[in-house]
Amino acid sequence: MTDSEQYRIRREPFYQPQGNEVALYEAAYAARLPVMIKGPTGCGKSRFVEHMAWKLGKPLITVACNEDMTASDLVGRYLLDAGGTRWLDGPLTTAARIGAICYLDEIVEARQDTTVVIHPLTDHRRRLPLDKKGEVVDAHPDFQLVISYNPGYQSLMKDLKQSTKQRFAAFDFDYPPAALETAIVAQEAGVPPDVAARLVQVGAAARNLKGHGLDEGISTRLLVYAGTLIARGVAPRDACRVAAVRPITDDGDVRETLDHAIDAVFA
Amino acid sequence: MATPTAAAQADIEAYRAALDCGFPQVAEVFDECARNAMARLSPRAMQAFVDAGRFLGRMGRGPEPLLAFLEKWPDVAAAAGEDALAPVMALVQDMQASPNSAAITPFLQTLAAVARRLQSSEQLRFYLEVARDLMLRTTTSVHGRQSTFPSPGLPEFFRQAPELLDQLSIDGVRNWVAYGIRNCGHHPDQQADYFALRSADSRAVVQRERHGTLLADVERRLELTLRALWRHGDRLIPYSNAFHELRQLIPYYDSHGLRLPDVLDARDGVSGIDRYRAVLCHIAGHRRYSSALVADNWSPFQRMAVEFLEDARIDALVMREYPGMSPILLALHPRPVEGGCDPETTSCLRHRLAMLSRACLDRDHGYRDPLLLEFAGRFHQALAGGPSSTAAMAELALSYVARSRRPSDQFANVHFEDTVVDYRDDNRQLWTFIEEGDEEQAFDRPQRSETADEAAGLPPRHYREWDYASRGYRPDWASVYEGLHPSGNAATIDALLLKHAALAKRLKRLLDMLKPQERVRLRYQEEGSELDLDVALRSFIDLKSGAIPDPRINLSHRTSGRNINVLLLLDLSESLNDKLPATGQSLLELSQEAVSLLAWVIDCLGDPCAIAGFHSNTRHDIRYYHLKGFSERWNDEVKARLSAMTAGWSTRMGAALRHAGHYLQARRADKKILLLLTDGAPADVDVADESYLRADTRKAVEELAAQGITVFCLSLDPRADSYVGEIFGRRWRVLDRIERLPEALPQLYLQLTR
Repeated sequence: MTDSEQYRIRREPFYQPQGNEVALYEAAYAARLPVMIKGPTGCGKSRFVEHMAWKLGKPLITVACNEDMTASDLVGRYLLDAGGTRWLDGPLTTAARIGAICYLDEIVEARQDTTVVIHPLTDHRRRLPLDKKGEVVDAHPDFQLVISYNPGYQSLMKDLKQSTKQRFAAFDFDYPPAALETAIVAQEAGVPPDVAARLVQVGAAARNLKGHGLDEGISTRLLVYAGTLIARGVAPRDACRVAAVRPITDDGDVRETLDHAIDAVFA
Repeated sequence: MATPTAAAQADIEAYRAALDCGFPQVAEVFDECARNAMARLSPRAMQAFVDAGRFLGRMGRGPEPLLAFLEKWPDVAAAAGEDALAPVMALVQDMQASPNSAAITPFLQTLAAVARRLQSSEQLRFYLEVARDLMLRTTTSVHGRQSTFPSPGLPEFFRQAPELLDQLSIDGVRNWVAYGIRNCGHHPDQQADYFALRSADSRAVVQRERHGTLLADVERRLELTLRALWRHGDRLIPYSNAFHELRQLIPYYDSHGLRLPDVLDARDGVSGIDRYRAVLCHIAGHRRYSSALVADNWSPFQRMAVEFLEDARIDALVMREYPGMSPILLALHPRPVEGGCDPETTSCLRHRLAMLSRACLDRDHGYRDPLLLEFAGRFHQALAGGPSSTAAMAELALSYVARSRRPSDQFANVHFEDTVVDYRDDNRQLWTFIEEGDEEQAFDRPQRSETADEAAGLPPRHYREWDYASRGYRPDWASVYEGLHPSGNAATIDALLLKHAALAKRLKRLLDMLKPQERVRLRYQEEGSELDLDVALRSFIDLKSGAIPDPRINLSHRTSGRNINVLLLLDLSESLNDKLPATGQSLLELSQEAVSLLAWVIDCLGDPCAIAGFHSNTRHDIRYYHLKGFSERWNDEVKARLSAMTAGWSTRMGAALRHAGHYLQARRADKKILLLLTDGAPADVDVADESYLRADTRKAVEELAAQGITVFCLSLDPRADSYVGEIFGRRWRVLDRIERLPEALPQLYLQLTR
């Protein structure tokens, strides 16, 4: 039996609620509804799931999806062993067996034929057929599936099928309002509120450029990074350039515009 | 006192004798000119000056050159040094020796203005070189006639030189001159127009060569800044101050967008782009914080005061929001000197307001006038609690005007120095008028559309052309008109396809082999979706027998699809009407067959494909016809257009390639192919030099390659080998047996995309 203790979250992850999402999630979990979380990158989706797993006291198994991921990476596969072949459960199967919250991060990155394996787990059946092994795993009563994705992807290829979408209760996340984000950056990075407010102002400038040369604005996560550097004594302008601007763009004009915005914000 | 004057008079008489000139006009002014020159030139230079004057007086060109010289030379010598005389006179002698002596007078007349702008004898020598070069290269002689003609452009050039040097560096002037010689050298009228700055080309080149930051270069960055910092998506529209000496526009905004100068030089340590940003911030600040006031009951002075204070409020708010802008704004804001304006003789209101504006923005202004300090204090007080309002500023401004009023404010002599804040807009949005008057709003009124009955069709797109001789682009040189090709009868194309039914069958077999296969198995993977049983068993046997097993026992799948967009560009020039001696078919008919087959093939493969044709009649009229769009299927409409294909005119390839490329560039595809079908080299009736269009076409191909578009040329010209490689690199093929075109074109495509 897999040790479920290793998946437990021991310390409370900091999470600043933006609305009533905590109560809504608790209700969804009580009904064991699968949950989908949408929102731009770095706005706190993963942190929210961690926080809820801690709050509910359930183990959390996180899978970062990518386009090379196959169904057997989720479900499990046969490996060679001294005595022949041996079956190894994948993370999804493990979660279903031990009653964990299984969190598939950035699910649209996975290929569409991979994502359909979650279907039987996400409706009234709540079971996972392992056809290669000839076994059907009935999900533990505590098991819940959570997926997240970023609808802002430019590519038309990367979207969920309707048949997948319509199995989830959905939470829509976005970057928090300025005052809240300031509080988050100040808390997470350990910088004074006025510096955090300036950082949030830089972030807002970049988010205004979304769709005009930027696919995605500066996320809260990057602002926290920049704040962390500032807290360690790096000059604010350098910190913003390194942690917030350079990661998100290679477009010279956009970069120069944001550099100018940083100069304008940090006098 | 009498002795020096008498001595000077004696000197002047001696110089007059040395000048030895009989023109009465010269005699009249010589006294004054000589006095002026003696005051500013050394005695040695004075002697050379008089000698040069004697030469000019005896050239037989009347008194004008001499008068201009006597009057202007001391200024030239002051600006560029006395030893500049020798090269200047050398150029004059050269002009005298050639048929260009008429240009001597304009040369001498503008020389002082030119020297003032160049400010060194080295630069002046450079200018003389440019002029000499222009003279030598545009003085022409007609073959068979025993005479040469003066340069038509030279006198015009001398007349325009001061204005040019205002905007261009001497290097820029040289480039502008070189461009004029190359492009108008053989056409006297055009040449005169060019060098007189009357032609559009001439102005375009001046624009390109200007110093400073061009709006066109930084436009995207500025638009992004406006969007990032202020959330405005307005268009930036340039206006030019280059050709208006009298009325200089200042930035403003209206419903169409933000109007900005087309070029800004760095000033006071602030770069051109930062000056643009200051303008943007100020205007965006107005749009966020200002509200319009009714102007009717206020005098112009009162309105000016309101504008100054409101502008100061906007700047203060901008600095509060973006503190990083304050060094830029403060560097650009003038710093009027207290007491710099004499209230007894001049109207000082502007000066006082500029000082007040400075004091409102800059804590270290250092002014001591108690009234000014009081109002600066009231300004800060008003802004302490929030953004305040336009109305509050108006109240403050009116009160300041009333309390600081002086009788001299009404004087006509207004103090302007250090009062112009050039990043501020003209505040036209700040005022509304209840009564319609002849106020400044009048030109803002919506104008009746004068272009109601505009010609049908899209406006032309302009493309630059590469000039290999100058290694630079000719700006907006070629105009491309595009449109849908007229339709004919679709049945003719079906008949053509029927004729090639056998070929179509063969192609069909090839196509089936090429059809994209959706899933491909990848074996021997260490990680994969499934166990590959054969390999796993082998490894298992290895393991059991003690050998090292191969860990790559899985297999996975990969989808392989074609993601190709292709644009077929047809040359529809006159030569396509030539008939083939073998079959009696024209090249046009053959092309129709080939294109039909290819279109059918591509449609079978499912690759998005567009077909277009082009021909040209000089650079002003390049026609680009759409025969099939990317999203259109191979249907009767397309066939009807293909069947109506006609040929005429010439082949200006570069512009057509660029235009086709801009459509391909908008496509999302892994591979973008531009397939060009032509029967000759690029040529056009207005180009004499055949390498010019070839070089331009090669440049266009390079530009497209940089955008990820592959250009492939299929040429029907048997003599194409001599040039086609030079243009298309290795991506070309010449078809020797033209009759086989219908077969060759689809096969070529299949090979290219296999």
